[in-house]
Amino acid sequence: MSRITREEVANLARLARLDLAEAELDEYAKQLEIILESVAKVGEVATADVKPMSHATGLVNIFREDKVETSLDREEILKSAPATEDFRFRVPRILDEE
Amino acid sequence: MSSYSDAINKYDPVLGLETHVELSTKSKMFCGCATDFGAEPNTQTCPTCLGLPGSLPVANKIGIESTIRIGLALNCTIATYSRFARKNYFYPDMPKDFQTSQYDEPLCSNGYLDVLVDTEEGSKNFRVEIERVHLEEDTGKLTHAGGATGRIHGANYSLVDYNRAGIALVEIVTKPVPDTGEYAPLVAKAYVTELRDLLRGLGVSDVRMEEGSLRCDVNLSLTPKGSKTWGTRTETKNVNSLRSVERAIKSEIERQAIELNNGNTIKQETRHFQEDTGTTRSGRSKEVAEEYRYFPEPDLVPIAPDSKWIEELRSQLPEQPSIGRARLAKEWGFTDLEMRDVATLGAVDLIAETISFGASPSAARKWWAGELARKASEDGVDLTVLKISAKDIARIDVLVTEGKLTDKLARQVIEAILIGEGNPDEVIAKRNLAVVSDDSALLPAIKEAIEANPEAAAKIKEGKVQVVGVIVGAVMKKTGGSADAAKVRELVLKTLGS
Repeated sequence: MSRITREEVANLARLARLDLAEAELDEYAKQLEIILESVAKVGEVATADVKPMSHATGLVNIFREDKVETSLDREEILKSAPATEDFRFRVPRILDEE
Repeated sequence: MSSYSDAINKYDPVLGLETHVELSTKSKMFCGCATDFGAEPNTQTCPTCLGLPGSLPVANKIGIESTIRIGLALNCTIATYSRFARKNYFYPDMPKDFQTSQYDEPLCSNGYLDVLVDTEEGSKNFRVEIERVHLEEDTGKLTHAGGATGRIHGANYSLVDYNRAGIALVEIVTKPVPDTGEYAPLVAKAYVTELRDLLRGLGVSDVRMEEGSLRCDVNLSLTPKGSKTWGTRTETKNVNSLRSVERAIKSEIERQAIELNNGNTIKQETRHFQEDTGTTRSGRSKEVAEEYRYFPEPDLVPIAPDSKWIEELRSQLPEQPSIGRARLAKEWGFTDLEMRDVATLGAVDLIAETISFGASPSAARKWWAGELARKASEDGVDLTVLKISAKDIARIDVLVTEGKLTDKLARQVIEAILIGEGNPDEVIAKRNLAVVSDDSALLPAIKEAIEANPEAAAKIKEGKVQVVGVIVGAVMKKTGGSADAAKVRELVLKTLGS
């Protein structure tokens, strides 16, 4: 039984803004199948009393004080942008939002 | 019958509110950049809030504490274990291509806020239940060039300022609120007003709707009377004043009722409130459901508030706005009804401030809940947006009390201040608005008024002093309201030898 369909791979590609060719969809579906199969092995040993883990260190409550630090120089950050105007980042227009 | 009462007779509205509150922390939520409103574009950014490779976020402690305090003030349960999550999406308002938010483990959940609304059966309490209060980061600000509303005609791009990206943002989500009937718009407005006062009292945000530090999305569906199944809801964005909250819900109730009456179905969609028409318009319908692929943020460690910390924060909570209002009403000598009116207008803090600058409570109420509320309503804005300060109103009250301004002149002074002519004293000097009580200045006008009203003058001479009002009125009219009425009365009687 396959764990991931070609349609799901296509949807993931769309969400990740990846333009995949038809042949690539087949190829990645196959590769992802192997990854999912390997990961599923973990499920065989994880019992209901084991919580899903998201952090390896076990640390909690690490905070910083509410203190203002120096920001980057504006010229510096805008220098690495593909396009700028009026000290702002210039991006392709996205219609009918906000 | 209006389309609103027609709609309410056939359908029961169910509303829900999502409120975003920008916290007033000095630095951003996950980095040390400043958070000043109106700063020069892109001067408050760093590798972390720009999402540059290798940067790591660390949570601002005040941001966490503020969120917990909001939860406590809203009677929520505080999570003992809570994580941040990445909300993944591609849109240039977030340079990281995800927003750090919370997903299935919000810091606070299951609370409520009680609000009072005037109904036909008197003042009624509505309990608005809170689903969750979670912490996330604000996005950058886009300026769209070109198009109908863009700044640069014909251009086809957007400009981004990331100063706002990464500022601590708390989202407060209500459960669906049923059974408000015709009062749905008022309950929603009362909820946002009460929430705003509560947040201001907590000192966690400056809650300025006009600057976007308090923003509202309104969910609404209609259920045919007698049915148990809720209808499809729409989400209206861009509802950015207390007045708009009320208007947006009212217009959405009317719109949905018309659709349903015509046998159409309601599309689940995002709509945008339009300030100028007071109606909502459809946003671009999404061809595919949104998929944000949330997953726990690996770069931020979980938050695990212990009971000691929570109780410490609870012990520091200020009094509830409703208790504070009851105390102030007593102190100021306002009736319950007067106080509720003032609260509904969102004028409690303005009045408190005006009194602190030396005005009497009744005068502060008279101006803010009267003349200025009317102005705000005419302009379709909230009181706080008016270009007049509590200090100005207090100064005007002092001048009225000292007899240097009449009410009529005071209104002219207010008009002038609102259009930017300066403070009260500057306006009075510039427009020459002070009360005239000087005999020599008043006598010519009095003489003229007596000549124009011979019958009244004759009666006064005969001793019918009550007729003096006719002459005084004529003098006031002649002098454009600038005369000292008591002085005029005295001079008229003296002139006519009565």
